[in-house]
Amino acid sequence: MSLATVFKRNSLLDERSTWITSVVLIVGMLAVVVLHALPPDHAWHLNDSVVSLLGKYLTYMLLALAVDLIWGYLGILSLGHGAFFALGGYAMGLYLTAQQAPLAPWQAVMAHFPVAALAVVLAPGLLALVFGWLAFRSRVTGVYFSIITQALTFALMLAFNRNEMGMGGSTGLTRFDELLGFSLSSEGMTVALFVASGVAVLLAFWGCKAITRSRLGRVCMATRDAEARVRFIGYRVEHVKLAVFVLSAMIAGIAGALYVPQVGIINPSTFAPLFSIEVVVWVALGGRATLYGALLGALVVNYLKTVLTGVMPDAWLFLLGGLFVVVTMFLPQGVAGLMAHLRRRREVTA
Amino acid sequence: MTPTHAMNVRPESMTGSQAGFGFRHCLMVVAVLLVWFAIVSPVQAEVTPQRAQALLQALDTDDFDAKAEAAQAIAASDAAQKTRWLEALLDGRLGRERRGERFYIITDDSGREWPIIDAITFEDAGTGSRRSVDAFRINNALRTQLQGLIASLSLDEGDEATRLDAAKRLIGEVDAQSVDAVAAQLDDEESSAVRAEIETALALYRVEQGDASALSTLRGNLDTRVRNSLSTIAASDAPIAAEAGETLAGIESKRAWYERGQTLFFGLSAGSVLVLAAIGLAITFGVMGVINMAHGELIMLGAYTTWMIQQLLPGQPGLALLLAIPGGFLVAAAFGILIERSVIRFLKGRPLETLLATFGISLILQQLVRTVFSPLNRRVASPDWLQGAWQINEALSLTLNRLGVLLFCLVVFAALWALMRYTRLGLEVRAVTQNRTMARSMGVRAARVDMLTFGLGAGVAGLAGVALSQITNVGPNLGQSYIVDSFLVVVFGGVGNLWGTLVAGMSLGVINQVLQPWVGAVLAKVIVLIGVILFIQKRPQGLFAPKGRTS
Amino acid sequence: MNKITSTAALLLSMGIALPAAAQEDTIKVGILHSLSGTMAISESTLKDEMLMLIEEQNEKGGLLGKKIEPVVMDPASDWSLYAEQARDMLTGDDKVDVIFGNWTSASRKAVLPVVEEENGLLFYPVQYEGEESSENIFYTGAAPNQQAIPAVDYLMSQGVERWALLGTDYVYPRTTNKILEAYLKDHGVADDDIMVNYTPFGFSNWQSIVSEVKDFGSQGKKTAVVSTINGDANVPFYTELSNQGISASDIPVVAFSVGEQELSGIDTGPLVGHMAAWNYFMSVDSDANYDFIDNWVEYTGDDMAVTNDPMEAHYIGFNMWLEAVREAGTTDVDAVKDSIIGVTVPNLSGGSSAMMPNHHITKPVMIGEIQDDGQFSVVWETSGNVAGDAWSDYLPESQNLISDWRAPLRCGKLNVDTMTCEDGAGAE
Repeated sequence: MSLATVFKRNSLLDERSTWITSVVLIVGMLAVVVLHALPPDHAWHLNDSVVSLLGKYLTYMLLALAVDLIWGYLGILSLGHGAFFALGGYAMGLYLTAQQAPLAPWQAVMAHFPVAALAVVLAPGLLALVFGWLAFRSRVTGVYFSIITQALTFALMLAFNRNEMGMGGSTGLTRFDELLGFSLSSEGMTVALFVASGVAVLLAFWGCKAITRSRLGRVCMATRDAEARVRFIGYRVEHVKLAVFVLSAMIAGIAGALYVPQVGIINPSTFAPLFSIEVVVWVALGGRATLYGALLGALVVNYLKTVLTGVMPDAWLFLLGGLFVVVTMFLPQGVAGLMAHLRRRREVTA
Repeated sequence: MTPTHAMNVRPESMTGSQAGFGFRHCLMVVAVLLVWFAIVSPVQAEVTPQRAQALLQALDTDDFDAKAEAAQAIAASDAAQKTRWLEALLDGRLGRERRGERFYIITDDSGREWPIIDAITFEDAGTGSRRSVDAFRINNALRTQLQGLIASLSLDEGDEATRLDAAKRLIGEVDAQSVDAVAAQLDDEESSAVRAEIETALALYRVEQGDASALSTLRGNLDTRVRNSLSTIAASDAPIAAEAGETLAGIESKRAWYERGQTLFFGLSAGSVLVLAAIGLAITFGVMGVINMAHGELIMLGAYTTWMIQQLLPGQPGLALLLAIPGGFLVAAAFGILIERSVIRFLKGRPLETLLATFGISLILQQLVRTVFSPLNRRVASPDWLQGAWQINEALSLTLNRLGVLLFCLVVFAALWALMRYTRLGLEVRAVTQNRTMARSMGVRAARVDMLTFGLGAGVAGLAGVALSQITNVGPNLGQSYIVDSFLVVVFGGVGNLWGTLVAGMSLGVINQVLQPWVGAVLAKVIVLIGVILFIQKRPQGLFAPKGRTS
Repeated sequence: MNKITSTAALLLSMGIALPAAAQEDTIKVGILHSLSGTMAISESTLKDEMLMLIEEQNEKGGLLGKKIEPVVMDPASDWSLYAEQARDMLTGDDKVDVIFGNWTSASRKAVLPVVEEENGLLFYPVQYEGEESSENIFYTGAAPNQQAIPAVDYLMSQGVERWALLGTDYVYPRTTNKILEAYLKDHGVADDDIMVNYTPFGFSNWQSIVSEVKDFGSQGKKTAVVSTINGDANVPFYTELSNQGISASDIPVVAFSVGEQELSGIDTGPLVGHMAAWNYFMSVDSDANYDFIDNWVEYTGDDMAVTNDPMEAHYIGFNMWLEAVREAGTTDVDAVKDSIIGVTVPNLSGGSSAMMPNHHITKPVMIGEIQDDGQFSVVWETSGNVAGDAWSDYLPESQNLISDWRAPLRCGKLNVDTMTCEDGAGAE
């Protein structure tokens, strides 16, 4: 089998998976909206809490997408992507609390939605720009990069825990009332946020797909596989890395901004290194460098967490931990790899 | 208690461990002197049971002042049992029958049913429990007083340590009435240590009276009370203010040096904890490229091993700790080899995926400990030789547990270094680190090296756990709190370099402790983290870049 | 290939295993305490205690003729999971009638909007910083005036003139210390005689801070440490204290977060005489307490099992809720909210506690000194019960505020100067 055929087959698979993923996402979203609209005593009715739970999953999926974009296609493992997620979340949290009584005078400026929306992407984007510029310029790679991203999010966690930061200290920002003038506790808002998250996931998915299929995407993958060669050919690898890293951070920031109103709180624990590691685990479990695998992984792990912590509160960590071990050992390409494998086998037998 | 913590006139109350806080009172000096010499054992005799009953009955009050007087009365009485009563009272083991008249001494208060004896006859009285025996309570002030009473009942005259203790108390307490008595005492005293303290006390008195010549005796004295007095004098408009200020400046600069020494020690000891936690990781990470997220849990296993060995050897924490050193190493190494054989070996060439798998393992190990032992912390005792401090002088003291961990860290490091430098395993490990493929083609069995290396790294993590059990909690969360720091130290030092890990850990510890007084503990940590991030940008391979090619 | 399919099967079967079994008519009590993660160390005991209390109540015939069924979840010390699971408990398949849970203030703040939105009931059993009063939360732990202020009063009576306020850097120590600073200054303590220091969670390098405290305490005035140091940081703190030779008679430490359970993980020999302020100690002499300890030991099967203050708070809270439900004749949240105010139940220290209109309870305050067996001996106690104060009188921003959830006021944040309600149903 020549390289060309491998590439062709993969791209074909990609197209099909893009198509299927989009349909599943859209149909799923519509179904949720319709089921929620059913009368409450109907057997199929989905209540508010399920919708907001699903909305939360969607924001996690968006975050996983951001991680997959740089880890899967660029080979950069960030163990601190939770930081960008949290920054987006804090920007949104500041906007929401500024609706009532601002914590500090400067926060009044965050009461304007356009400013807040800008902050949601700019705060993580700028941090990623500065951090990435420093790191990629001096060619910090591999594990070194991973560990310093972890240090970054850890430092931010400690900093945000301090009351002097004006971010609510360890309690974070909470007690939100309304978003864009609508009450957050209303049913319509729950659905609206769910749909917004769904649309964001869909757009980000298409966007990432487009990037990976573009020239930039191919340079990315080439960088991932043989950085030195790409450099010799004449590409400014650090610029490519920086651009994609910043984009990924912005996506994470948007995910955080959508997460906060649905959960009702943002606090420094979102910066915890453990959370960022978990995100990487979702991606690995779903399948790296497929995008839809990241979506799937985030959904599966978080769904399992929801179910297992209720069903077996004392033993769920054994199962989840065991699952991580089993998947790495037996499903190196994650669940997406398993699905692709099954399909190929079916094609062969058919 | 009198609210101002003022002086009781009782002589005995002064022999307790209370570090005298500048109370000027003639009676106190007299009291100290009294204890010093005039300890005449009262003639002890049997008292009638009624009298004994009455003495104990007086203790049965909620008013601590009344209780203090009752204890005083017991000490002054002729009762032969008085020392035992006071000791039991001090330990909270003297009590009264609830809804009854008898008094008991609890001989063993562990568990819920206690063996008790009659407090007056010392005859066996079966068992009691919280429901049936109401133990007399004491508070801090009463405790201090009781310690004094018991000490005075069992003191030998002429015990040098007691005299030294009393002499130290004299500093700042000498006044016009007692100065002659103290001076006379100086002439009789033979011990030079005691003499030095008395001289300081007298000199301080004279300086306070305006005698500039006495200042020379105080030069370089680090005692806080001397410093406090001198700074008061220097700030006043007394004629000797300027000279006192000079002496004070001398003291302050000497003190500053010792304080720098102390900060360095604090930093090195904090750094040694980092080095211990990270060095096992430096081996597994450096040699095998495995991102072992379960490293913290291996540390935890070492700490739990210490606890278990202590459970097996109750009452011998020292021996247990020594046994835990090989024990912790072996347990953690066994788990490490198990992890390597069952999981990591199948993930060859996929280092980042080891992160995922070992993350799962760390979750499992944590929950395992919660299920098997308990989610609560375990109590690990410290042997006597790791408690307290080595008091070099008033300004510099090194706490023994920290000193122990620092030395242990250096020993472990030296042993590891020697292992790497002089043994065949070390040679093979270094070969594999530098170039795995080349080493294999030279006949090194890389798989076996991997297994042993991982076992070694895990074992060293276990050793770190044994050391940590002496300074922090032993609980299921122990490992998590060290994992981020450990990775940072390894990366800062340069992956695969033992010296790098040592230097990195120690310098991070020292920098942190130097910053801490200025900016507070939280910000110091943030600054250190950002510093490391910026440093890595400057030197992407860490302090000591690995030699040879890494691929 | 078999491996792959079996893994897939495992994944599938786990996904399907949803809790969907039909249940008979029971009263459901949600227990929302972390069983894993960093808070499991404190919270898992409370879960066991709640299970025991529910079991005991069922043996006595349940409530309103129905059995009580516990619904346990594990929020895994993750604050967003607390909110998610609280919502699940209140609206999901197991619709619970009341929730007993939370430990950290951050987790309570995360759950607060959920219980308010879904109109649930939450009993919160831990001492906290105050400055909050929710219509749907009942605070059975101590407010600052039920713990911190009496402790400082006691130390003042013992002649303490210099104060080192040490705490972990989060909202409870920050607010408590702010209140204490204001209180101390009201009582004539100079700025120079107060030292404040914050450290991160799980801090272990106490050396320089302890030596700073030692210095601070050697200036000729009687000094005490008021500690709001949280959980895991305590062991290294006390170890360092005793190793640097600071005993309780030199510089006593009074702690607000160290109880019997924390002491069970520490060698208490060197700590004898240091203090803690609580509303309950295991060593309290009362028959109710002895019965409770006996039951607890029997339930856990551990002869060394200890009880502590938050356990008493749940004991009181659970009994108050039972009483309020009996009074209302229903578990309906609104009815219970009304009937519970004024409910008085026995506490474990021999007296009884009442639910106040501000959703806090009355309790005695005690100071205990650590003994070498890991227990506290009570050396001081308020003469009667102290009512919890939601809004501190010592903070300028809250001294005019009160909370009263009785009709017709129904207000959690009432400014008594302007008589305006800033939060609650009465606000409209």
